[in-house]
Amino acid sequence: MSAPLLEVQDLRVSFSTDDGVVHAVDGISYSVREGQTLGIVGESGSGKSVSSLTTLGLTRSPNTKIEGRMLFGGKDLVQMSDHDLRQVRGNEIAMIFQDPLSSLHPFYRVGKQLTEAILIHRHIGKSAARARALELLEMVGIPDPKGRIDAYPHEFSGGMRQRAMIAMALANEPKLLIADEPTTALDVTVQAQILALLDDLQRRLGMAIVIITHDLGVVAEISDEISVMYAGRIVEHASTREIFAAPQHPYTWGLLRSIPRLDSPRGEELIPISGRPPSLINRPSGCHFHPRCPYAQETHKRIDPKLEPVPGARSHEVACLLAPAVRASIWQGLASGRTPEQLLPLAAASNPAVAAVPAPAAPGEAE
Amino acid sequence: MLRYIIRRVLWGILMLILVCAATFVLFQVLPTVNPAVLRAGRNASPKIIHHIEVEFGLNQPLWVQFWRYLKHIFLHFNFGYSLYSGQSVLSLIENRLPATISLTVGAVVLWVVIGIPVGIISAIKRGTFLDRAAMGTALALLSAPVFWLALIAIYLFADELGRWPILPGPDSYVGLTADPWMWFKSLIMPWLVLSATQAAIYSRLLRGNLLEVMGEDYIRTARAKGLPERKVIWRHGVRAAITPVFTVLGLDIGALLGGAVLTETVFEIHGIGLLNFDAISHSDFPIVQGTTLLAAMFIIVANIFVDVGYAFIDPRVRYS
Repeated sequence: MSAPLLEVQDLRVSFSTDDGVVHAVDGISYSVREGQTLGIVGESGSGKSVSSLTTLGLTRSPNTKIEGRMLFGGKDLVQMSDHDLRQVRGNEIAMIFQDPLSSLHPFYRVGKQLTEAILIHRHIGKSAARARALELLEMVGIPDPKGRIDAYPHEFSGGMRQRAMIAMALANEPKLLIADEPTTALDVTVQAQILALLDDLQRRLGMAIVIITHDLGVVAEISDEISVMYAGRIVEHASTREIFAAPQHPYTWGLLRSIPRLDSPRGEELIPISGRPPSLINRPSGCHFHPRCPYAQETHKRIDPKLEPVPGARSHEVACLLAPAVRASIWQGLASGRTPEQLLPLAAASNPAVAAVPAPAAPGEAE
Repeated sequence: MLRYIIRRVLWGILMLILVCAATFVLFQVLPTVNPAVLRAGRNASPKIIHHIEVEFGLNQPLWVQFWRYLKHIFLHFNFGYSLYSGQSVLSLIENRLPATISLTVGAVVLWVVIGIPVGIISAIKRGTFLDRAAMGTALALLSAPVFWLALIAIYLFADELGRWPILPGPDSYVGLTADPWMWFKSLIMPWLVLSATQAAIYSRLLRGNLLEVMGEDYIRTARAKGLPERKVIWRHGVRAAITPVFTVLGLDIGALLGGAVLTETVFEIHGIGLLNFDAISHSDFPIVQGTTLLAAMFIIVANIFVDVGYAFIDPRVRYS
């Protein structure tokens, strides 16, 4: 196994706002090896985008506090000067974003935006850059690149725009591509095409990919490993196979149960996770997920779980206060179609001291 | 595109006819004073007044008068004659237009050259002392009436009148061809006064636009590419933020060419604005009609220019 290409250690990002300090990322660690794909999954406001933007220093501002380390090729991106970081951006680490229409400049032709990306980091002539741009458009599967290179972004379809964004990101053959919700703004069929393209390009170019999404279905196909984020923290991390086979965290269960499946019976309802993501200014006490967790016990309001290895599983970590055996039986119950209410006694039984106390059913903030 | 332009021009002509109708009603139907009496001068005999009424067609039905008025304007470019001097309105306008154009062009250059950089710098240095000072000054200039600023300027710097008499004062304007240096000197104060408010408006407009644009996704993309911040701001930010400024600029130029009444009056620059002002004070309706029509025409033309020009500035805009 090769050394990690990107190793994030205890990253913390907080913003000072008029309403208070927003703890967007609260001590996360992960690593990506060359050629590997890591999926970071979580809902809006879980800190997944902030952590990835921080990789490129795009969250830097006087109001932002960034702590921890982000080692990339032995250099710490957190400590790096703006000037040095600019040499990394778009060169060794590139990024694509959610909405390709708003992410491309509306006033410049696609070809111009591509050659600009090339010329920032390569000292070549304009015609060579244009030839490279054509090559890139061809590579990402844009038909008739010669005819399309001088079009404006609004003249492209959504899928074509995202392909153009990918072409721009790959302009300088980055070692790491960060894809922040790359398919969220696209039609489902186009989503599949873009994911297949990313997968194919990764194989050809050997780059690592960090893909950020709220949709476990998106990362299922393309990721090697998955980190699940909640309220600025990673609450579960495992290989993709493990996450789908033996998920450990109630939040992950919720995410999995809210994916539509083709093999589920017709008319079966999707089950949303109740409540809303917590405020990152006044975070819930104890386990941050407890206000929304159907299995939360009284003690979970006080104790803040750490990310710990799951016994008996290889490189599977979870931050949950339920006992491993209890988690296993609850997931089995859920998988066989039982409801959280039916399974609640299992959770209560694991903690006899507080078994009598009803779990907080209503979502909301703890004091 | 060509069809669009033709359509816009036709609409513009229709607008002009409507403006003609409005000015006709305002200045020939509504006034209770008989133009023939004004034209005849003091102590004119009823016979003379009647003679003038017949000559001007004032005894004919209104629609006949209006039709003749329209025909004169659109077929013969005849805007009528001053009730007092008898000079043709068109020749008066031709005579006065160079001064107004001189005033407008210089002021526009000045406020663009001042307003745009100030706006950009304020946005980049948002929240700093520089930004606050610039925006504070802009607010003060915006709040100061033009005629007041003009009087202060004259009080401070005008020849013979000012505390520091370094610049020619009111009524010193001469044509560019007559004496270029004097032309320039005499216009410095009017240019400054007229552009002060506008520079303030433009700097605030551009600052606001740029701050908004800098939060756009494509700016994040530009940064993610590794582009230096300076290029992110200029090539990606300013390029997008400046387009709405062009719209306002076009319309402002159009409006100013119709006469900067206050500035021209205080500095006694004999341009369209002062012509209009004098005509209004004498109830010289044909001149007021003429200048109103001219101002409307400039605004309509400016609108067409702005709309057509926008297609060149913003590639997303296509007319068909």
